[in-house]
This record gives sequence, structure tokens and C-alpha cells, in this order.
Amino acid sequence: METDVLIIGGGVIGSCIARQLCRYHLDITLVEKQSDVCMGTSKANSSMVHDGYNIDGHKLKGRLCLEANTMYEKMCRELNVDYRPATGSIFAGFTEDHLAIMKQQLENSKTNGLSGLYIANHDQMMALEPNISREVQYGLVNPNTGTINPFDLTMALAENAVMNGVKVFLETEVTNIHTRKGKIESVETNIGRFKPKVIINAAGLYSDKIAGMVEKVDGYIHPRKGSYFLYDKKWGDHVKHCIYSPPTPVSKGMIMVPTTEGNILAGSNAVEVNDREDFATVGAEMDEIYSHTIHRLFPKMPRMGEVITAFAGLRAASNTEDFIIGHAKTVPAMINLIGIQSPGLSSAPAIARMAEELVRETGEDLDFSERPDYNPNRPAPVILRNMDPETRSALIQKNPDYGSIVCRCETISKGEILDAIRRPIPARNLDAIKRRTRAGMGRCQGGFCGPRVVGILEEELGITPLNITKRGGRSNILLDKTKDLSLLEGGANSEKIQL
Amino acid sequence: MKKYNYDIVVIGGGPAGLAAALEAKKNGVEKILICERSARLGGILEQCIHNGFGLTYFKEELTGPEYATRFIKAVEKTDIAIKRGTMVIDVTQDKVITAENGEDGLFEVQAKAIILAMGCRERTRESITIPGDRPAGVMTAGTAQRYVNINGYLPGKEIVILGSGDIGLIMARRMTLEGCNVKGVLELMPYSTGLMRNKVQCLDDFGIPLYLSHTITKIHGKERLSAVSIAEVDDHKQPVPGTEITVPCDTLLLSVGLIPENELSQKAGVAFDPVTKGPLADEKRCTSVPGIFACGNVLHVHDLVDNVSEEAQNAGRSAACYIKNQLTRRTQSIAVKAGNNIGYVVPQQIDFEPGKDKVVKLYMRVKHPAQKVAMTIANDQGNILASFKREVVAPGSMETLALPVKMIAGNPEFLKISVTN
Ligand SMILES: Cc1cc2nc3c(=O)[nH]c(=O)nc-3n(C[C@H](O)[C@H](O)[C@H](O)COP(=O)(O)OP(=O)(O)OC[C@H]3O[C@@H](n4cnc5c(N)ncnc54)[C@H](O)[C@@H]3O)c2cc1C
Ligand SMILES: Cc1cc2nc3c(=O)[nH]c(=O)nc-3n(C[C@H](O)[C@H](O)[C@H](O)COP(=O)(O)OP(=O)(O)OC[C@H]3O[C@@H](n4cnc5c(N)ncnc54)[C@H](O)[C@@H]3O)c2cc1C
Repeated sequence: METDVLIIGGGVIGSCIARQLCRYHLDITLVEKQSDVCMGTSKANSSMVHDGYNIDGHKLKGRLCLEANTMYEKMCRELNVDYRPATGSIFAGFTEDHLAIMKQQLENSKTNGLSGLYIANHDQMMALEPNISREVQYGLVNPNTGTINPFDLTMALAENAVMNGVKVFLETEVTNIHTRKGKIESVETNIGRFKPKVIINAAGLYSDKIAGMVEKVDGYIHPRKGSYFLYDKKWGDHVKHCIYSPPTPVSKGMIMVPTTEGNILAGSNAVEVNDREDFATVGAEMDEIYSHTIHRLFPKMPRMGEVITAFAGLRAASNTEDFIIGHAKTVPAMINLIGIQSPGLSSAPAIARMAEELVRETGEDLDFSERPDYNPNRPAPVILRNMDPETRSALIQKNPDYGSIVCRCETISKGEILDAIRRPIPARNLDAIKRRTRAGMGRCQGGFCGPRVVGILEEELGITPLNITKRGGRSNILLDKTKDLSLLEGGANSEKIQL
Repeated sequence: MKKYNYDIVVIGGGPAGLAAALEAKKNGVEKILICERSARLGGILEQCIHNGFGLTYFKEELTGPEYATRFIKAVEKTDIAIKRGTMVIDVTQDKVITAENGEDGLFEVQAKAIILAMGCRERTRESITIPGDRPAGVMTAGTAQRYVNINGYLPGKEIVILGSGDIGLIMARRMTLEGCNVKGVLELMPYSTGLMRNKVQCLDDFGIPLYLSHTITKIHGKERLSAVSIAEVDDHKQPVPGTEITVPCDTLLLSVGLIPENELSQKAGVAFDPVTKGPLADEKRCTSVPGIFACGNVLHVHDLVDNVSEEAQNAGRSAACYIKNQLTRRTQSIAVKAGNNIGYVVPQQIDFEPGKDKVVKLYMRVKHPAQKVAMTIANDQGNILASFKREVVAPGSMETLALPVKMIAGNPEFLKISVTN
């Protein structure tokens, strides 16, 4: 298949680039190996939009983060994504040493051209964070740290791109890239070959591998795991700002974030791992996150009982610890984005703008005139819980499916689930529905709505429940029909656990 | 937005809600509404197709759906209004409920009394924080029960069960009958947390091993569950080094406890018992908000539906009396306290004059199993008012004691229930 630009990877970076380029007369294709967009690092992170106060402004990631911050509000307005620019962050400190770090960071923020930060004393801290440990003495307050729902953003970017003509291929994995004399010949995938003029490599944790398909590269990724606890919405009010815990001799500082949806996210540690698919949480590490950050900052938050889920994400850290963005050395029409670790989410719009520049510089024959029908807006999905009673009622009268609640914890209706299945990038499994609607994201973690959502998928897609998965691949929820096994001659094996 | 008026609104159409509504009707309440979020009445019983229900209430052995049907039929013979497919989303202290369904849209009901009967939900993998991968194939036993009994599908074939709660035990047998291999049940505690009869009938009769003082330390599998690591635990519930083994399986069912479903009760502003995780209630099943009553699993988790029905009738009758102004408060409430080896007692206090009641029924759970004990009720002076012999007590079996009201005629400040040898 011929295309102008082939984007590899449907994370926030690939999706943002797709949206950046879709305003021009370009034929754009995005391939994602997983069953949905936003299944990589973009779905498991701290969900903070950093303004760059504590970052080295001379590094590429610093420059892009600072630049992106001025673009975020407009982008989220157009996409109807809930962005909270004024959540604010506080670096909480217990000692003089911590105060010294704060002073440095305050200076750094000024160097980066930012204002509004200040150092709060104990009493001010108690007023800002009534539930924080009494031991906290100081706080570096930054009113300009934002929060966002990262999968909502990624989804909105990708959907808006699709609305503007971008073709998205899911479950499509790039397996090889063929070049000749510095020109792209074709890109091999499990579903066939693409013949793009330009390749954009936004493959996250695998970006070095993709880059390595055309030439020997210096940059490489060493994945670094970060794990989180997510607390029940009951605790949403307990923490008012994003709170950084100070480092200890054995542990880096971590963060507690009041999410846009009203939960508390707490993590993340940093552990180097070898396996790029290792998303397992580890008991001892979770204990450390709890004692080092959660309990130290907010002693009333319990270790168990109020945590509704725990998960891990992998930072795609590069050997330089900076973003490595540029043309492949020997293939100018290939653009690599390697090492997009934090603050990658915050930098996305500036990274996308930079990627556009790089695409223009390839000198390929591309039509950069704007499409007259380009629409930067993504209509907001119907979210009943955010509506006033009258609007909600009127909508239910028009479509009774909106009045039929499927997810009891988050109050999500059948209508919203059907919408998710019918959106520009259709949801085809339980996790895809969860990311779009929050069904299954509440305190019962899908125990109640799971079987019901399976039923809706079955009805709407006309497939057997046996083919419905948790998140694509072989993550099937159900393995057989009842009565099938019991009728088998000999039955299943009957080996028991022996201690 | 539509607005309705009812004397009593019952939230939840499970066995608790049904029995409460019926009893209120029998006691002469005119306008009663049941709101049930499911398309059908009956609550969790709909998926409990095994037998063992009704032994005390009906003196016969019924399946869950049979038990529920008796109440549903009785309700349908009355003029009790029923709204199915109706989710209640808010309750206020002034007894205004907000609910939603496909027909009415969002609507409000002003009630004179409200009966909370929303049941409970299962604890999940995360509520007990099992580390590891996050594959498909890990689910609560109740979710599996729904897939198997309602949808007709098997969540897997090679099964390990964590937790010896009743639903897990019932599902061990159910999956075995479907031809699956249930490899074993692991229990963190040194004793089974389910009913003794379920251990015998669901595990022993099928040769399924139960390993006490064992837990799961890690979940393995990228897409679908491939194995679990299990280990013995010490007295502090910590894994004992060197005892860890890895058991291949495709399904992990969790039966690690039930939690009353109280998000609405919280909105209504009722006070809670940190142990039961349900509202505080008195002997009339009135919560701390006058006119808001609670019964069934929303109040405290019951093992037997028969007790739920009995408790719900009490709540229904009391709500009727409340509307008719027939409840007389005692000059001073009597607190009911948990003493030696008692986890909790419901009711947590006695608020009203007994009227025609001859006894106050006290429901409780012990903290640890014990044999050949006496369960005693003492007053604030430490005098034992009543003592009941028990061969065995265990946390998995709720105990009921009937306290004759004449024993508290002296208005003690509190009562204390204890287990003594
Ligand atoms: C613990 C943690 C906390 C973080 N916190 C923050 C924060 O608070 N603020 C912030 O700004 N940033 C944060 N980040 C960083 C941010 O999450 C990332 O920078 C950003 O999500 C990277 O997006 P991406 O699109 O590059 O990667 P991904 O989301 O991983 O997307 C890459 C995609 O490429 C696909 N892919 C890979 N190989 C192939 C192939 N061969 N063929 C087809 N598709 C392929 C993958 O499946 C994946 O979907 C955090 C990161 C972590 C891990
Ligand atoms: C899996 C399982 C197996 C069991 N096995 C046995 C057994 O073998 N023998 C035995 O005697 N007992 C058994 N029990 C116990 C018994 O079934 C329960 O104690 C009983 O069903 C509790 O009744 P309930 O009405 O309190 O709750 P439920 O049956 O859970 O009913 C609550 C109802 O409230 C509705 N509801 C909740 N929230 C709302 C809302 N916001 N708006 C509207 N409606 C709402 C729910 O949809 C549900 O229908 C079992 C219980 C379970 C969970």
C-alpha cells in the first residue's frame, strides 16, 4: 500500500504527529501493533503536564517541554479533553537539605522563564494540604503543573486524525524496513507491505529497534519501570495538589497525583529492567512506594483496602537520557523519535511540530498545502455523569440506552459503551472500552460490568464471547462453553496442587 | 425531570429489598416503590443455582432462584410498584432519591422512609494487592459464577481458587461439574472462612485440596494467565521463604471477601461501622439518619439468605411503624459492644421501647474459631444476662442470639457480647 507518511506507533507521540500532519494534503497511515491505540507507555504514567520548572532547559526535552506548555490549552480545547492546567504541584520537604533542593529548583524555574513558584513554610503547607504529614516543613509550590487523562488525550488525538483522513491500522506490527541507497523501498508488517515516502518512528520502547532496521544506530533504549497504586475516589479529596516526595539515600522522589477523574495515583519508583514487556508489579517495590511516599506524606492512606488497582509503566529511557529526535543518518526520509521518556506526554505537541519540520526537510515530494476541510475539533463523547440532570434526562428520552447503567461503580450506561464501539477508532475488547468510557475502571474493577460488556460486544459486533478479549491477542476472557468439557470422554486432567 | 412521591422507597430488589417491601405492605403502608438496577428482581440469587437456600425460613431446601421466586411472586401479587433496570444514583438526608432508567430518564422520588438493600460486592485482586502481571483469567468467583450460570461460558479449565469464602467453594464444585480441573483452594487464614457444610460438600466430596495458611505471591502471564506462585504464610501472614512453588493454571478465581455496597448510604450521610463496613443500625434496622433503614448484605455480610429475609422483615415493619409514628425512643440508647473474640455485633445499639417485641435478635461473628464455648451477654455492671452454649464457632458462620427484652428492662448503658470457654 502506498502512502505519503507512515507513522509507526499509536502512543501519544505517534497520534499527536498524525494529528499535526493531517491538516495538509498528505496521505497518512498510522500502524500500531497492539489491538488499540494508547496501549504502551502513554497509558501508564503520572498523567502530569509539566511546565518544565525543574528541567534542564538546554536539553532537547527541556526545550520541547517548555514550548509545549504554551500549546496545551488550545489543543485540549479543540479536542474536548479534560485538561487541568492549574492543579499545581508541591515538592514537599522535611529537612534543610530538601529546602536546599527547593531553592535550586526555584532558581532553575527562573532560568527557564517561568514564574509563580514560591517556597511555602510549615503553616502554609498545612493550609494548602490539610491532610499531609505534620512533619512536612517546607514546600516548593508550582501553581502551573497541570494534569490530564493521558488515554483520553491520546485517543482524542488519534480520533481527530482519523476524522481528518488518517488511516489507522491496529494489530499491525512493523517487522522490517527495506531501503536502497538511502531511499525507503517498503515497510514490512504482519498484514502486508507499505510503501511510504516518509517513515516516522514513534514506536516508544521499540523505537531503537525500528531505527535499527535501516542502519546501525548509536541510540538505544534501556527500559526503566515505574509502578503505581491507584486509590478509590473516596480519597480524591485527600490530596489537593500533585505532591512530590523528597528523595532518600535509597530512593528517588516520587509523586502523588489527584487525577482528573478524582482518584489518587501514587508512584512511581524507577527500576532498570531487561524485558521490554515486563509490566509486572513486584511486592517489595510496592511496599517501598507505600512506605517511602504514600505513608510518609499522607499517613492516613492505608496500604490495602482502598487501592483499586496497581500497575507499572516502562520509561523508554535512552542512553543519553534525552529525547533523540532526527533523521536516520543514512535514510533522510526516516525520522526517529527515540527515548521519549518523561516529560514526553507534556512535550507531545512541540514534538509533533518538530516532527513536521523534519518531514518538510526530507525534501520528499509532499503537498503541504492545507486541506480546506481540516477540522481541528473532536466532538466530546457523551459522558452522562458530567451532564446536568435536564440534559441527561432529555438524552435518555431520545435514546433509552443512555438510561441503562452497565458499570455501577463509575455509572456508565449501555449507550456510552455502544458509542465507544462505534467511535472513529472502534473499541473491540474490554480494556479498549474501559479506556474510552471508564467502564471497569472503578472499585470493583469490572467484576460487575465485565460479563455485561462482553454481552454488548457480542451483540454489537456479532461475534462469539469466546473471541472477546481483555486487550487483544490471546487475552481471551472465556475459554469454552459450559457443558462442552463435561461431555468430553475422559474429561480434563485432574492433577491437584501437591505440597 | 419527573418527580414522584412514595411512602417507602426500597433500594435494591434482592431478597432483602423484596422481604422488606412485602413486610411494609403487610403493615399497611400504601405507596411502596422498589428500585432495582437489574432487569430482573432477585439480586445475587439469580446466579446461585445451587441448593441450600431456605432451610430455616421455608424449612425446605431450595435453589437461589427458587427462593427468590417465592418472594418475587408474593410482591407481584401486591400493588407494590417496581422499577426494574433502574439505578439509584443519589439519596439525601431529606429522603429524596435520584434514579435513572431508560423509560423515565433521570427522576426524583420524595419518600417518607427509605430502605437501603443494595447488597454487597466482592473484593478484588487489588483490594488484597497480589503483585505480578495483569493477564486475562483472573476474576472474582462471583463474576465467574455469572459467566457460567447466566451466560453459559467457562472462564477457564485449569483453575486455582484463592480464598475459602462460600462463593469460591461453590464455584470449585461448579467448575468441577463442568469438567474443569480445580487444582486447589488456598486460604490465607489458618481456618476456612466459608460455611463448614460448603467445605464438605464442595471440596471434600470432590477431592479438591484446601491449603490453609497459604497465599498467592505472584501472578504470571502476559496475555492470559499461565501460572501463579503460591507460598505458605507465617503467623504474620508473611510468605515463608523457601515454600514458594509455581502452579500452572489458566484461571484464578478470587473469593477473598465481600464488602457492603455503601456508596449511596454514604451520600445519605449515615454513620458507619468500620468493622462491618456497613451503616450503624439499631434493633429496628434504623441507621443514624431517622427514617433511613438498612438490611441484608448492605448492612453486614450474611452467609444465609434466610437471615437476610428475617432482618429485612424487621426493617420493613420498622419503616411502616416509623411512617405511622409508632416507634417510641428509649430515654437512653443501649450500646451493644463486641467483647472477647467477637468481631462485630448487629445491631450496634438498641434505641426503641420494645413494644410488642419479646426478644432482640443479635447477629454476630467471632474473630477466631473456637470449640465448646459459651456466648454471653453481659450488662454494664458485668452481670451475665444470658449465656448460650455452642459446640463450635467460626468466623465463617454468623451466630444469632435472642435476648429476651425483659433482661434489659433495667436500661443498662451497654451490653457486651463475649465468647468464653
Ligand atoms: C512511570 C512513568 C511516568 C511518566 N510520567 C509522565 C508525566 O507525568 N508527564 C509526562 O509528560 N510524561 C510522563 N512519562 C512519559 C510519557 O508517558 C511518555 O513520554 C509518552 O507516553 C511516550 O509516548 P510514545 O507515544 O512515545 O510511546 P508509547 O505510548 O509507548 O507508544 C509507542 C507505540 O508504538 C507501538 N509499537 C512498538 N513497536 C511497534 C512496531 N514494531 N510496529 C507497530 N507499532 C509498534 C507500541 O505498541 C506503542 O503503542 C512517564 C512515563 C513513565 C513510564
Ligand atoms: C455468590 C453468592 C452465593 C451465595 N450462596 C448462598 C447459599 O448457598 N445459601 C444461602 O443461604 N445464602 C447464600 N448467599 C447469601 C445470600 O444470597 C445473600 O446474603 C443475599 O442474596 C443478600 O441479599 P441482599 O438483598 O442483601 O443482596 P443482593 O442479593 O445482592 O441484592 C441487592 C440488590 O440491590 C440492587 N442494587 C444495588 N445497588 C443498587 C442501586 N444503586 N440502585 C438500584 N438497585 C441496586 C442489586 O442489583 C441487587 O439486585 C450467597 C451469596 C452470594 C453473593
